[in-house]
Amino acid sequence: MTDRLAIEVNDLTVAYREQPVLWDVDLEVPEGVLMAIVGPNGAGKTTMIKAILGLISPAAGQILVHGKPYRQQRRLVAYVPQRGTVDWDFPTSVLDVVMMGRYGALGWLRRPGRNERDAAMAALEMVGMEDLAHRQISQLSGGQQQRVFLARALVQDARVYLMDEPFQGVDARTERAIVGVLQELRAAGDTVVAVHHALQTVPEYFDWVTLLNVRRIAAGPVDEVFTEENLRLTYGGRVPFLSGNGGNGGDRGNGGESLGAVGAASDLAGERASHGNPAG
Amino acid sequence: MDLLFQLFQDYTLRTVALGAAALGIVSGTLGAYAVLRRQSLLGDAISHAALPGIVLAFLLTGSKSTLVLVLGAGVAGLIATLIVMTVTGVSRVPEDSALGIVLSVFFGFGLVLLTYVQKLPDARQAGLETFLFGQAATLLERDVIVIASLGAVALLAVLLFWKEFKLLSFDREFGATLGFPMRVIDVLLTTMLVLAIVIGLQTVGVVLMSAMVVAPAAAARQWTHGLGRMVVLSALFGGVAGLSGALASSSAPGVATGPAVVLAATAIVIVSLLFAPARGVAWRALERRRRRREIREDAVLLDLYALAAQHGMREHAHPADVLVAMRPGVGVEGSLDALAEHGYARRSGDRGWVLTKDGRTHARDLLDQERDRS
Repeated sequence: MTDRLAIEVNDLTVAYREQPVLWDVDLEVPEGVLMAIVGPNGAGKTTMIKAILGLISPAAGQILVHGKPYRQQRRLVAYVPQRGTVDWDFPTSVLDVVMMGRYGALGWLRRPGRNERDAAMAALEMVGMEDLAHRQISQLSGGQQQRVFLARALVQDARVYLMDEPFQGVDARTERAIVGVLQELRAAGDTVVAVHHALQTVPEYFDWVTLLNVRRIAAGPVDEVFTEENLRLTYGGRVPFLSGNGGNGGDRGNGGESLGAVGAASDLAGERASHGNPAG
Repeated sequence: MDLLFQLFQDYTLRTVALGAAALGIVSGTLGAYAVLRRQSLLGDAISHAALPGIVLAFLLTGSKSTLVLVLGAGVAGLIATLIVMTVTGVSRVPEDSALGIVLSVFFGFGLVLLTYVQKLPDARQAGLETFLFGQAATLLERDVIVIASLGAVALLAVLLFWKEFKLLSFDREFGATLGFPMRVIDVLLTTMLVLAIVIGLQTVGVVLMSAMVVAPAAAARQWTHGLGRMVVLSALFGGVAGLSGALASSSAPGVATGPAVVLAATAIVIVSLLFAPARGVAWRALERRRRRREIREDAVLLDLYALAAQHGMREHAHPADVLVAMRPGVGVEGSLDALAEHGYARRSGDRGWVLTKDGRTHARDLLDQERDRS
């Protein structure tokens, strides 16, 4: 970790049909950290990522990546969307999807060739999918889909990785593979920002955390800001895992889901407002 | 055979065939993207919306040259598309409603104009009404040249922007994060779709042209898992449908080309939906039946194994009636015969059955697999 900032967000405000989704959010992500964004449904986590990527134009605010506006630094940033955002019945193969990560570097008109293929195979190896390179994407499990998206971001060879719920509904093997990749990225000095739902795994997987609920509740190193009080402020008083069974054991996938559900219940109004909008 | 002979001899027929095949190839190619992007209805809206453009182009220029009319159709089609995009962008009207409204308003306006033009005391307008259902027989060599050259532009765009169009169709937002101007790529692809549609209107007609966009692509999707192969196959299906429809209507006087082309395309779709491997209905039904039969056979095999286990694994024959009683109504007798065929079981005495050595091994494998799964 260095003192330089990978991402700097100032006064970010995003509104969707007059509803504020993010309100006056400041955020500083130091280079080389793994940061989780947590918060209830409708808190604006996805919106935050999309605003950093320029996919949503904010009502106000400034976003810097490695010290310069995002538009000048696009090559430094890779994106792992929620896997439900595409049609997995699209007629294409795993290798083909991963190679899409190189399209930006290729630019207009140029076709992917041997270099792109090699890069894609290396990325697939990193996520443990090299045997499935030629598989049709319609035949993948949810966890495999997630790893394909991760591999597609890895071939971008970026310095900052923005991931939207990379652990959502994946199998244990995929979860291990993703955690392994995150650690490799950190070791290489890269920065990862991931929307995350399973609160009990935050201390284990991440070293930095932002608690978000339309406003920024807290942000900083996990051992400083990931406190019961901050979680109560974020989730509106009901945070089951702190009082419930131990955080590290048991089935994490299910734990994450139930937490998500409680988050939804604690912020029904927010969720209703966000239904079908980019904040989801 | 006679038709094929005529194709080489008859100049008119050859012109018609060439034009229809060319427009089919182009609409098949661009249709593949429309279907993958779930924009089938957009094709329908564009083709219907082209009608007022055709009539207005004639009214403004007094010309019935294909290029002028196609240009009018294209402008109207593009305007309609832009209206749909704007309406869905700024209001809460869902896209299908916007498409429906634009389609009927433009088409209605086109019909009004057409009726008006037909009442003009001037004979030059004769023939504009063939744009409704299409008339391949009216194709001249210069029309085919227009179709082929505009179509070549659309095909060239697909070839050049292959990677960009794929990105747009699969994951538009990701493409935007890579720095591609996805809206520009969208407008480009949609313009090519408009081009593919308007060059077919004279032959197929505004009412049915959308079938030439959707049907070949839907059929092609059944046969393949790669975008490249799907686009090529869709072009091929479109070409075949265009060609056979145009030939059918030319050899049977009074048959409009549009319906004939659509019937040909439909036949391709039906065959594809039924018989394509992996995705076809018939293929899947066969596969399901085969699986069910295997499951039944395995079940009977395991019953036999269980009975043998109860009797200390001795080669003790068990009457078929006992097995039938264990699984009533699932065709145990047939399964036993199948097991015998595989060498897993054999008859022993009158109505008695015994597992073979292979059968016992297979049963143990099945039990192991089941344990692994749970």
